[in-house]
Amino acid sequence: MAEKPRLKLPKEAKKGEIIEIKTLMPHIMESGQRKDKDGKTIPRKIINNFTAEFNGKPVFSASIDPAVAANPYMQFTAKVEESGTFKFSWTDDDGSVTTAEEKITVA
Amino acid sequence: MRNINRRAALAVGAGAVTLTVVGWSQGAQAAAKEAADEVAKFTGGKEATKGKITIELPEIAENGNTVPLTVSVDAPMTAENYVSDVLVVSEGNPNPGVVTFHFTPMSGKAEAQTRIRLAATQNIVVVAKTSGGEFFTAQKQVKVTIGGCGG
Repeated sequence: MAEKPRLKLPKEAKKGEIIEIKTLMPHIMESGQRKDKDGKTIPRKIINNFTAEFNGKPVFSASIDPAVAANPYMQFTAKVEESGTFKFSWTDDDGSVTTAEEKITVA
Repeated sequence: MRNINRRAALAVGAGAVTLTVVGWSQGAQAAAKEAADEVAKFTGGKEATKGKITIELPEIAENGNTVPLTVSVDAPMTAENYVSDVLVVSEGNPNPGVVTFHFTPMSGKAEAQTRIRLAATQNIVVVAKTSGGEFFTAQKQVKVTIGGCGG
């Protein structure tokens, strides 16, 4: 999981504005339904949870099942009242967590 | 001789088609029941009111491997009353669960977009829960040309 997540959100916003956030995490999202060429089931390995926080407070999260497509994409909104930092995290079935941060200036 | 063979082949062929159709519809019924069970778990058996939810899905998904899905709930997002959880279930995938979105008043809007996998033509059911314990539901059919669950 050396690949870096992709983030898209504004650098600046007005106080009280609802901004749009787009995230994409490169990941195979192996569903656990596929079989390899010998007919053996390929074990499930997915990102099972995504969270977004702003200044330490929860904004949005998603509990993810194998029916979410490879390279899980999440688009959602946040209402910003102050400048601060968004923190995003993706949890893999193997327990590893990938995080990313982005600052926003609110005037 | 040739004729008989052809008839036999046709009979076998027709039988196979019947079997496939029966097998598929039983599978689809089981999946719909599993989806209903998933919804009941989410609502705790409470009745969900139809409406308030908009599901955006293509009418026909040519590739079931990645289908854009947008769900939005027309409800206030204040600290007193907001949409807290939105469950998305499938009636035609090997497993009913797709994704559950969790919102807070800081979300601003109860709206999210992701990309999902669909194994076959089916209904997608969405149930929203508010912080006040109300439930809303909606569903939408999507036709799938090529299924997207591997196999």
